[in-house]
Amino acid sequence: MSGYLESVLVLLAINTILAYAAFLPMVAGQLNLGVAAFVAIGAYSAGYLSNTFSVHPVPGAFAALAMAGFVGWLVAFPILRTRGIYLALATFALNQVVQGAILNMDAVGGASGYPIPEHIGFAVVATFAVGVLALVVLLFHTRFGISVTAVSDDERVADLMGLSVRGLQSAAFTAGAALAGLAGALYAHHFNYVEPQNYGVLFSIYVVLYVLLGGTQTVWGPLLGAAVFTLLPELLRGSAAWRYVIFACLIIAIMALRPQGVVVRKAWFSR
Amino acid sequence: MVLEIRNLSKSFGGLKVIDGLSFGVQAGERLALIGPNGAGKTTVFNLITGVYPADSGSVLLDGHDITRLASRYRIRRGLARTFQNIRLMPHLTVVENVMIAQYARTPGVAAMLQPVGLGRANRWRQEARAALADAGLEAYADEVAGSLPYGVQKRIELVRALLAAPRVLLLDEPAAGLNPAETEALHQALEAIAARGVTLVVVEHDMHFVGRLCPRVVVLNFGQKIAECPTGEIHTDRRVREAYLGAEDYAA
Repeated sequence: MSGYLESVLVLLAINTILAYAAFLPMVAGQLNLGVAAFVAIGAYSAGYLSNTFSVHPVPGAFAALAMAGFVGWLVAFPILRTRGIYLALATFALNQVVQGAILNMDAVGGASGYPIPEHIGFAVVATFAVGVLALVVLLFHTRFGISVTAVSDDERVADLMGLSVRGLQSAAFTAGAALAGLAGALYAHHFNYVEPQNYGVLFSIYVVLYVLLGGTQTVWGPLLGAAVFTLLPELLRGSAAWRYVIFACLIIAIMALRPQGVVVRKAWFSR
Repeated sequence: MVLEIRNLSKSFGGLKVIDGLSFGVQAGERLALIGPNGAGKTTVFNLITGVYPADSGSVLLDGHDITRLASRYRIRRGLARTFQNIRLMPHLTVVENVMIAQYARTPGVAAMLQPVGLGRANRWRQEARAALADAGLEAYADEVAGSLPYGVQKRIELVRALLAAPRVLLLDEPAAGLNPAETEALHQALEAIAARGVTLVVVEHDMHFVGRLCPRVVVLNFGQKIAECPTGEIHTDRRVREAYLGAEDYAA
């Protein structure tokens, strides 16, 4: 496999995990604009464990997942007290806080970035991505899958039907944060260098766009969104400087023609 | 008594919507809650199911005070309801919509993570399909609920409430907007449900429908109980006549 193809496929794998990190809270009705914060937490946790304690990248990735999930769970309670646009702004603020905190942490290099020499290849990253995809698909075949959609459709009735609205929302938010942390760890170990500037809100918005473009109605939407966002700019490389202009126009076209996302639920389509 | 309301009051702002209301429902009974628009009938349902907290008074289910019980626990104790303005989840299929209510029977994290979607063989999915088939709705099972006609959505809501296996079922205007044939089918369905021992409390304006289904009525006006009597006697009650005068032909 050429180096170029491998790095594109690695990005595809990581972006797929990221798409599900944003998808999980979104199906529960939360617009999380702080995905990058959890990615950063995962990346730096994995890097620190590897550099300081020589933890192997694979258990390190699980630790990063747990760490980001834990932080997600902690902030879920205050953040989920807000609603709609305020929730989005609260997660946006969280993103700024985490990015700012890392910028000021000299133990992990601060603004000058953090090299993480221990390398993992495409196979490991891809295995994690396939595992995440399988787990999320399975999760959406459980009662949880129906219940989170119910919560985002009608909180009041979901509650009266016996569902714990708060519990489901914080579970979805926490699971999304954990997946973002995993993606961060994989990125850190594959590209061997992270810097806080990469984990701004623009990053979070990109990930949310994957999901909105692919569609939130089925579990396959985020996969398609991640694939389009990863591969389309590569396929447009021929047109050099204009490729992002063409790409952006295509995104706007898709959003205008299909606001509910590319993949939607049909009567015959069972997730 | 399976359900008892004691001296219940609720105000919104300065307006007393429910004022010292008391009534009881015997197990297996079918009680109608009637009254002019704005009398507070839906508010009574909302107080019983915990949509709003009561200002004072209490709600007892099987003799246990549930006035302060969080709303999501009430359906788990066998208290299910339907809604005046249909409230199905628009992005779920019909079968998924009704499956939501099953959770009330086996709540918990393990039940939440139980697979219910892989294939049609799953026990819970089969049960939901069978319940839809019983109601003559199997053709809609895999449709997305938001796109279905009003009458169909109304029947789905009833199936959903039943899948919580309620002992007390609160029906908020079940016949509103239905044509005579649909109303008759609803009557048959509710008779069958009542025959299984489910207690029914019905808010309804169609007095002909109420007369056939419910032997007893509680009449509300401005949040107060103005009468409680056998359904056949309400048109002789002076206060009921006054409340309805010119508003509705209740004696139909």
